[in-house]
Amino acid sequence: MSEQTTQPTQLRTDEVLLDVRNLKQYFPVTRGLLIQKKIADIKAVDDVSFFVRRGETLGLVGESGCGKTTTGRSILQLNVVTSGEILYEGVDLTKLKPSQMRPIRRKMQLIFQDPYASLNPRMSVGEIIGEPLIVHNMSRGRELRERVEEIMRIVGLNPYFASRYPHEFSGGQRQRIGIARALAVEPDFIVCDEPISALDVSIQAQIINLLEELQEEFGLTYLFIAHDLSVVRHISDRVAVMYLGKIVEIAPRAEIYDNPLHPYTKALLSAVPIPDPAIEARRERILLTGDVPSAMRPPPGCNFHTRCPIAIDYCKQALPELRDVGGNHMVACHRVGPGAL
Amino acid sequence: MGTLLDVKDLSTYFYTDDGVVKAVDGVTYDLQEGETLALVGESGCGKSVSALSLMRLIPWPPGKTVSGEIFFDGEDILKVSEDQMRHIRGNRMTMIFQEPMTCLNPVLSIGTQMSETLELHMNMDKNEARQRSVEMLRLVGIPDAERRLVDYPHQFSGGMRQRVMIAMAMACNPRLLLADEPTTALDVTIQAQVLELVKRLSDEFGTSVILITHNLGIVARHADRVNVMYAGRIIERANAADLYREPRHPYSLGLLRSVPRLDQSRKEKLEPIEGLPPDLINLPSGCSFWPRCKYAIDKCHEETPPLMEVDKNHWAACWVAMDRRLT
Repeated sequence: MSEQTTQPTQLRTDEVLLDVRNLKQYFPVTRGLLIQKKIADIKAVDDVSFFVRRGETLGLVGESGCGKTTTGRSILQLNVVTSGEILYEGVDLTKLKPSQMRPIRRKMQLIFQDPYASLNPRMSVGEIIGEPLIVHNMSRGRELRERVEEIMRIVGLNPYFASRYPHEFSGGQRQRIGIARALAVEPDFIVCDEPISALDVSIQAQIINLLEELQEEFGLTYLFIAHDLSVVRHISDRVAVMYLGKIVEIAPRAEIYDNPLHPYTKALLSAVPIPDPAIEARRERILLTGDVPSAMRPPPGCNFHTRCPIAIDYCKQALPELRDVGGNHMVACHRVGPGAL
Repeated sequence: MGTLLDVKDLSTYFYTDDGVVKAVDGVTYDLQEGETLALVGESGCGKSVSALSLMRLIPWPPGKTVSGEIFFDGEDILKVSEDQMRHIRGNRMTMIFQEPMTCLNPVLSIGTQMSETLELHMNMDKNEARQRSVEMLRLVGIPDAERRLVDYPHQFSGGMRQRVMIAMAMACNPRLLLADEPTTALDVTIQAQVLELVKRLSDEFGTSVILITHNLGIVARHADRVNVMYAGRIIERANAADLYREPRHPYSLGLLRSVPRLDQSRKEKLEPIEGLPPDLINLPSGCSFWPRCKYAIDKCHEETPPLMEVDKNHWAACWVAMDRRLT
């Protein structure tokens, strides 16, 4: 797997746009109908730290329930964060009042996975795309209509269809509507939460290309949440791998795909089938045994030890810290990297 | 090895208020004993409907198999009575689905559901059925199988439920297993486990498998032969190795080129198939793919290409592929 590191855009700078520090997002589990008693916490995100540079794409991968979507929502302040800091352009969003948060919301947008559930069926496409512009007082009247038409053109929709309703569009076109809505308020940062998972194979590449073109044109920064590792490799500059609420490995793209260190990352990569029977026949698989444990009662020590092929007794006791093993490659595992057990 | 399944000119239409949806439109294929055949295509291409047609599970109204023959073990199952069909279905021909909860009953324990099938189809008594259930659950890798018989579907995780469904489907030792997107709802690491399981069991039992999926990677690993479907028709058929080495239909080629691959160096840009899948009620004239096809010639608008042999055992429904190789 050789990698060309061509990065033509000058947009990617070293400036850190988003800095997430020790983010914890717990959801209480209650019992009882009238008198609700908290019996446990679901540790959806458990002490996660990472940063995103302006103009780059950070891929966030992991299996369902690992906390990747929750992380995205917590960053956008759609959850009340349990603890930790979310610094956006140096400002800690968790400390802001709702009125202070509103102008920042304009700069941070979200693209959803399901283009069927995320568009109001009773609003026309023009209304859907125009609504955020009205909410943020950005334009109105004739100007609004022109702006909506302009955005529709940018995402590859015919402005002529502005008066139509979502059900008249296919999945791929709906996703374009969702992208247009996010783009309307001229954001800097977009959380793309599995934006292509619900789309047909032949349409996925169209949307990926669109997202890349928009990034280049408007200097956007993406947090790209997905479970498809080949797509994440295509679109991301850096990649973070999550397992059961924690980041287990984070590294520049080429590094993580050519030199994965964490046993979970290795297993994930080996599980991705490659569309070539000749290669598939020769490939060795790392088949993980068992299921992902419950986030309500994560195992002690390293939470991956129950499925890990190289776990030792020490892994059951001590939590591995995310540490730098060189080349901006961070991994949380006792068994790999310099000084490994 | 003989032919287990011979599908001839099968058409299943849905009669909706907006018009007739030709979900499956004149599909012909065969399946050999012990073979794994893939039906690949995008949503709405007719791959699931063609499987449901084999099981005679198309809901009427609005759907109906309007023509064709399905020879299963030499017998045209479109002609047998509903009573006889019930003995074939779930016994000699079984199906697993994308979402296990659509086929598991949430209010019956796993043991009850499995025994019911075995008592009905295999004439086992309660004890035998119970033993066979435990044996099957062990075989699919459910730990503590005996104790888990009394558990209900919601007490199993997604991957485990899929295993239970596979255990149920294989319990009667079927000749044919229809697997409709069996792993689409699962995570990649669990996906790999489940697919290996299907492969191991079908090898062990000598079961033929029709694998329905949109994932070209899964097909490459698990299928012997492939039928690529588009807008209700088979547009390419080949051995998996030949199809991936040199796809002959522009649609197959486009699909293979549009997905990023982990084993190749990263491309600057992906090459999507432009345009949108066709509306099945208003199909374009001629070849359904021509509006999206960059190789299309005049003839493509005028005449629907039949499936033609373009190489030995390699078939494509394309006027262009007849004369030249695509580049």
